[in-house]
Amino acid sequence: MSSLDPITLAVIQNGLIQVCNEMDLAFVRAAFSPVISEALDRSDGIYAANTGELIAQGELGLPVFVGTMQFSTQAVIERAKNVKPGDIYIVNDPYLGGTHLMDVKFVRPFFYKGKLWSWLANTGHWPDLGGAVPGGFSANATEVEQEGLRLPPVKLFKEGVLDEEILSIILSNIRIADQRIGDIKAQAAALAVGEQRLTDLLDKYGETIVTDAIAELKIRASEQMRSKISAIPDGDYQGIAYVDSDGVVNEPLKIDMKITSKGDELFFDMSGSSAPCMGPMNSVIATTKSSVYLAIKHIFPEIPINAGTFEPLNIKDPVDTFLYAKYPRPVSGCAAEVSQRIAEAVFNALVDVIPDLLFAAPAGTSGNLAIGGFDPKKDKAYVMYVISGGGYGGYLEADGLSNGCSTIGISKTTPIEVMEQYYPIIFEEYSLHEGSGGAGEMRGGFGVNYKIKLRRGSARASMVMDHGRYGPLGALGGENGGLNTVKVTTNGEDYIPPHLSKDQDIQINVGDSVSVSTPGGGGYGNPLLRDPEKAAADVKLGYYTAEQVSARFGVVLDPADLSVKLAKTKQLRASRS
Amino acid sequence: MNGRVIGVDVGGTFTDLISVDPNTGSIEVTKVPTTLDNQAFGVIAAIKNVGTDLTKVDAINHGTTTTTNALLERKIAKTGLITTKGFRDVLELGRRTRPKPYGLKGQFKPLISRDVRMEVSERIDADGGVVIPLDEVELRSKIQDLIDAGVESLVIHFLHSYKNSDHEKRAATIAKEMWPNAFVTAGHEILSEYREYERGTTAAINGAIRPVLDKYINRLQGELAAEGFAHDLLVMQGNGGSVSARAVAHSAVSTVMSGPASGVMAAAATCRAVGIDKVITYDMGGTSSDVGLVEGGVPQVTSELDLEYGMPIHVPMVDVHTIGAGGGSIAFVNDAGMLQVGPESAGALPGPICYGRDGKKPTITDANLILGRLDPKALFSVDNPVSLDQIRSIFETDIGVHFGMNAEQAASAVLQVANNKMAGAIRMVSLSRGHDPRDFSLFAFGGAGPLHGTSLASELSIPSVVFPAKPGITNALGCVVSDLRHDFVNTVNTPLASLDITAVHEIINRQISDGKQMIENDNVPIEEMEFLYSADMQFQGQSHMLDVEISGPNVTVEELQMRFDEVYWARFAVELPEIKAVLVNLHTAVIGRRKSFPLSVLAGSDQAENLEDAMRCMRPVMFDGEWIDTPVYTRGKLPLDLNTIGPAIIEQPDTTIVVEPGNTVTLDEIGNLIVEV
Repeated sequence: MSSLDPITLAVIQNGLIQVCNEMDLAFVRAAFSPVISEALDRSDGIYAANTGELIAQGELGLPVFVGTMQFSTQAVIERAKNVKPGDIYIVNDPYLGGTHLMDVKFVRPFFYKGKLWSWLANTGHWPDLGGAVPGGFSANATEVEQEGLRLPPVKLFKEGVLDEEILSIILSNIRIADQRIGDIKAQAAALAVGEQRLTDLLDKYGETIVTDAIAELKIRASEQMRSKISAIPDGDYQGIAYVDSDGVVNEPLKIDMKITSKGDELFFDMSGSSAPCMGPMNSVIATTKSSVYLAIKHIFPEIPINAGTFEPLNIKDPVDTFLYAKYPRPVSGCAAEVSQRIAEAVFNALVDVIPDLLFAAPAGTSGNLAIGGFDPKKDKAYVMYVISGGGYGGYLEADGLSNGCSTIGISKTTPIEVMEQYYPIIFEEYSLHEGSGGAGEMRGGFGVNYKIKLRRGSARASMVMDHGRYGPLGALGGENGGLNTVKVTTNGEDYIPPHLSKDQDIQINVGDSVSVSTPGGGGYGNPLLRDPEKAAADVKLGYYTAEQVSARFGVVLDPADLSVKLAKTKQLRASRS
Repeated sequence: MNGRVIGVDVGGTFTDLISVDPNTGSIEVTKVPTTLDNQAFGVIAAIKNVGTDLTKVDAINHGTTTTTNALLERKIAKTGLITTKGFRDVLELGRRTRPKPYGLKGQFKPLISRDVRMEVSERIDADGGVVIPLDEVELRSKIQDLIDAGVESLVIHFLHSYKNSDHEKRAATIAKEMWPNAFVTAGHEILSEYREYERGTTAAINGAIRPVLDKYINRLQGELAAEGFAHDLLVMQGNGGSVSARAVAHSAVSTVMSGPASGVMAAAATCRAVGIDKVITYDMGGTSSDVGLVEGGVPQVTSELDLEYGMPIHVPMVDVHTIGAGGGSIAFVNDAGMLQVGPESAGALPGPICYGRDGKKPTITDANLILGRLDPKALFSVDNPVSLDQIRSIFETDIGVHFGMNAEQAASAVLQVANNKMAGAIRMVSLSRGHDPRDFSLFAFGGAGPLHGTSLASELSIPSVVFPAKPGITNALGCVVSDLRHDFVNTVNTPLASLDITAVHEIINRQISDGKQMIENDNVPIEEMEFLYSADMQFQGQSHMLDVEISGPNVTVEELQMRFDEVYWARFAVELPEIKAVLVNLHTAVIGRRKSFPLSVLAGSDQAENLEDAMRCMRPVMFDGEWIDTPVYTRGKLPLDLNTIGPAIIEQPDTTIVVEPGNTVTLDEIGNLIVEV
């Protein structure tokens, strides 16, 4: 117990988070990029003056940014010279504590009573940063220069004034540049809100007390994490997950996650993972670490986030693997896809050890599909982005959720009616991916099937997805979830991408279509133990066929009314076990 | 209109009633337990309680949670769906979400089960063009399948019906020929707005609760008629207006969330009457608190509320945000040794320790009791009384020992942390709607709101708090003061540069004429009709919309541009001449003003001549860690020229008001207690 009383401590904790929440809010309400305003692909936080360590982060930020911005803030601190109030650095360099190029960070020094007191920073996903592919999700780039414009930390605002020259360089190198000024103003305005509110907090409680509280809160978060870890039995655990391919070389990439639980700390060793890859599925270290953090946060959602939270998590740099990308390795797939495989490997390693807290693997892909072309009716070029969800894994208490959001995101999909208004396409189907939930005592949730047909002009389709080769992992004897599939039908002929879930620039014309089915979640527990009545209900709802529940759950139904034939079910299950 | 007017609101625990004679100003109020199985019993019991002769009553306006409860408990009608081929799962898949940002567990159960979601061949595109004609043979066969499956209520939901409703209309006509009852809902009739999941879910909710509401209202109307009531019952809607019983079931979804809305309506009417322009309403109950905003006497309305995870309701409703803190919120010390309050609540059962229903965990209410803010003697009125010492000892063992505190210190800490957290939540609600809370007054009501109003105002730097005359029956008052109201929304979604303004005028004129027709159908006497016009607008490429007030059916493109620029500047202090503005939706609210209600009667006429005579006793109350001997006043006796300084406790049958040391207290002409903090 420090000299701080519990009220002050709780109140300052709430106060710091409130500052960040208000930054999150200001950013999202004024942003133009739908990826920020609708998909909430952004985060705001407060960072320590000298170390860049995380002090507090908004509760509404995108999960994949848990912890990443402290690395980019550190990169700014190392390079910053002559820092003045009102300066704002812009940076998106993946190798300097970043994710992919589209995540653009603004970092602003915060001065209190004339002294640099901390840093305020936010990240927003811009819709485009130039590069070979609109939107930046290249499936087959081989160096980062093909992925877009890379910005080292530079002062975009100098003492509050926007540097028009730097701005013009940026705007000359990105697509849909005309709307970016709206996002830049929103992103900077959010930091100004943070400055005002943090000043208010310091004025109200006094600098010393707030500083002491921050130090104490870091210790408390660390202790809380330690107490959770202590409940994980000591031992060495392993989880393995595969990325389908890097988009260039058609071979799976392995994530070998060895976790050692020792006392109140966890040690993560990924050095057995695949070597750096040719294509854009390399992960920069900031993203690799952040993926481990977010996986742990999904397991213990109640733990608050600050630098102390991560202290008991020891992550060994996985040098010489694709999870420790160095310049100029392409990295555009790391935030959206590789991060989710890393999280899956963490879940997989721990689910046998703490089965009541965990779940079988979720679909874990962002399902990025981009269709870019020219609409002759509107006389305009366009790029349409489709993201999609998939099934979640079953868990002790229940079946997995259907069409859940990506592990790293909290963004909603764009309504069909909106996409059809904007682009020359029509959806022919948007339905539940039947049979895709992995069988288990608690089955996985279901993915989605959708089919998009081009109505006017010609276009090119590109996609970066995953789980086309291996389904999301089942747990405790549960089956893996169903696979992601992509089919492009041109001139009546079906084309399946050779890499299954990744491809680039597939030409499509009027009447051609793209069909996607997304993964189901992994099953949890032995499917032969599933309550036969639940299996029968699933058949009545068309989630599975009668043949599927017989083959996958060992449940025999009466074809006439789909009621359970108990004796035959027992017999079948006995013959299987 | 000379007969009595009754407002009756059914809440989770209590049914509140207020009966007013507008001629004499005499009022009766009562509170009876809510009868959960059939709320009508509680309503009738409340009416009998005040002894009002129903033959002499002109209007009964009823706020009911029947539909909200039916949805939350999934006690809904068996509902079937007819939808566009290829899209029956839209209502189950949603828009790829999960209940919480962290944690990958959670459940979602669609309102319409997959086996009774049927598809028919038909397709309309985004421009309203027919891509595939409606297959009427297939439609009839699918409807018959649903009838055979025992479906009670039918929902028809086709893609792009907000743009072209021909297929939905035709399908509804055919369905009504075949359907054994009147429960056929066509999506565009409820909401003519784009976004298939939200529109479809809103329609599905309507379908699922329509039979439930219909049965309830018919039964209640029948029982009231049997007691001599000769008019149509009025029913509160979530938009803060009411509608006659005969019309309510058709758009049953509009009654969801009517409870919180009526509280905000009462706040709006109360503040309008005394010229307070801007208030944040704070209704604190047992498990949660509702926050709303009133500006210029008009509550803010939104079309984007979620009743729970995955259940968006996109009809216009009073914008009430629920925060997870109430009197029953539980205080505890977490793994990190930090004091936390909520979100877990002891609810009504077991409830706070002091309820004597086996509650064992310290709650906000218990903290108020330990600190003398609530009357400890009131403890003895509960079923199985617990002693103050028992409560204190739980505060010591659960909280105090962790920090070396005694029971009072622990209780103080709990209140401070709780108030700080609630204040943060109120701030976020107000900021997310574009307002600085410091520009507002706080209107505190509900059973527990008045205990916390002054502390919250200090936390938020809000200068004054309004405590209405009867904080505990504010929702029932909202029923009495509410007007008839019908809302209309149509999607345009066109940049101003290419807007066909004649088409805009046609839409608004149609909304007006539909509204007039509906008010006429309500068959309720009104004094005048009023129209509110607004537009949802955004810059091209943005996804959030701003609500922009417009002049009406003769609006021009220039006016739209100018109003949007003004609102955008006021909200974000950003000008963006580079980017095009888009008109997304047109809204019209058609309001039938009922005879206004003399709020001053609420103040009562039992006032004492001076403050001393209003004082009931002195009792020690803890403020800022010190016991202060504090005067306890009886609210109804406070003199009209009241002007005193806190600390004070003001008690009334429905609530207790805490006035902190140094606060100034006055009364206004309609009996509101105004506290400057």
